[in-house]
Amino acid sequence: MCHCVPLKRFQRTQGLVPTAADGNMATEFHNLQELRHSASLANKVFIQRDYSEGTTCRFQTKFPSELESRIERTLFEDTVKTLNNYYAEAEKIGGQSYLEGCLACSTAYLIFLCMETRYEKVLKKIAKYIQEQNEKIYAPRGLLITDPIERGMRVIEISIYEDRGSSDSSSGSSSVSGSTAR
Amino acid sequence: MITRKVRKWEKLPGKNTFCCDGRVMMARQKGVFYLTLFLIVGTCSLFFAFECPYLAVHLSPAIPVFAALLFLFVIAMLLRTSFSDPGVLPRALPEEATFIEMEIEAANGNVPTGQRPPPRIRNVQINNQIVKLKYCYTCKIFRPPRASHCSICDNCVDRFDHHCPWVGNCVGKRNYRFFYMFTLSLSLLTIYIFTFDIIHVVMRKYPVSHLSNQKEQTCRRIVLVCFFTLWSVVGLTGFHTYLISLNQTTNEDIKGSWSGKNRVQNPYSHKNIIKNCCEVLCGPVYPSVLDRRGLMQEDSSVSATSAAPSSFSSSNPVSQTTKTTAPLIPNEHTPDDAKPSIAASAETSAPPKDEVPPAPKVPPLASPETDAEASIVKDKAH
Repeated sequence: MCHCVPLKRFQRTQGLVPTAADGNMATEFHNLQELRHSASLANKVFIQRDYSEGTTCRFQTKFPSELESRIERTLFEDTVKTLNNYYAEAEKIGGQSYLEGCLACSTAYLIFLCMETRYEKVLKKIAKYIQEQNEKIYAPRGLLITDPIERGMRVIEISIYEDRGSSDSSSGSSSVSGSTAR
Repeated sequence: MITRKVRKWEKLPGKNTFCCDGRVMMARQKGVFYLTLFLIVGTCSLFFAFECPYLAVHLSPAIPVFAALLFLFVIAMLLRTSFSDPGVLPRALPEEATFIEMEIEAANGNVPTGQRPPPRIRNVQINNQIVKLKYCYTCKIFRPPRASHCSICDNCVDRFDHHCPWVGNCVGKRNYRFFYMFTLSLSLLTIYIFTFDIIHVVMRKYPVSHLSNQKEQTCRRIVLVCFFTLWSVVGLTGFHTYLISLNQTTNEDIKGSWSGKNRVQNPYSHKNIIKNCCEVLCGPVYPSVLDRRGLMQEDSSVSATSAAPSSFSSSNPVSQTTKTTAPLIPNEHTPDDAKPSIAASAETSAPPKDEVPPAPKVPPLASPETDAEASIVKDKAH
């Protein structure tokens, strides 16, 4: 049983994007329902934060080797870059954030009881984007992205699922030690 | 199978206390916070009771009105600072901790037995300066830049400034501006009351009517409290204004991270006082990454999943609180009810992570996202 709401929501969705272009992918899943029923969690990859520009929220776009056989590099980089752009938008210090800050201060920050901050609005957008990406791109390849907010904004966790029916299921355990002991 | 819905704050590690069903988050020792409240409320009550009637009549009614507004602002800022999440970083879940451990071991290579492994430090380059990120053994993470572990609250806090006993909480990224506004407005309030105290005493001393002995003594007490508060609070406000203009934290100032010739220059400063102030005080209000009020299921046997609504930012509603797949060595962070279930899960499941060396002593973190794989593995095992 899977713990992720995205999977549960996807139970209700109808046919998703078929993996027509994935002829060379090791495991193919046509939608998340199939993923849920026939897959077991094999491994997790954690995309770390990129601190080169300071403490603003950015994630590294370096393509992890564990995903090499699962997804195209460009798709992955696109996802991470879009996420980075969203976070940059949320943390932008400019006219709007000053206005919000001054207005909030003058009301002793009580205004946040009724109003959503800009950051929270962007976080909702991010959650929607991640769900969309999972549905369209990652689930058909047997992957699942977890929203970074659930990991304390430290990492983007990508879960890799193996097809339970195939002989790969027992290699799930060896892939943990094998892939990382390089 | 007894299932119980609990809020996530009940299972958070660390030494915080929570009130109002997770809405309020404070440190464990709150005695000094109550003292702060008592001093502020007490002094202001005396001011309103004994001096404002006279001042309103003889000077202006605006005086007590402005004092009341300022007083309310001070209390609001104090409560906001004390009750909010300072920017606590949640501890790493077991898989993340294991992943990091493996990266560290891969980086260290083979350490001969008997020799101490090198310290766990990661170097990152920020604005062309090398900053060292330290590994936190309690939280099992490499601390982000400017984060520090508060030993009183037993949490890593982002942009850690200091732990303030007067507000009964840590001061970090999320509540620094409230703390600063609190000290600033308290300074103004103290100066205000002090000034009008003096005016009141002077006015009473020289006019026709006599001042009752009791009232005069009360005035003097207020003056005394204000005098001492003034120096400490105004001094503190001045110090924090200095820190903000340089975009430094108290922690960095005390450790001397950016001072000295051999040290790195502060890579976070914009080299412009106005920009630094704007970033700290008018920057975005960061959301809490601790989902305190989310719901999770807790039971002591095989997993059952269900979707429980949690706060907007969490899309993982439910999982076992206490299940992990790695063979764990319980430590002091283990919640008591986790121990029997660890034994159960270790016996019944064939966790894929058995090959993980026991070196990572990962605590069975009571976080709801703990282990989908535990559930999946269990399904596989049955």
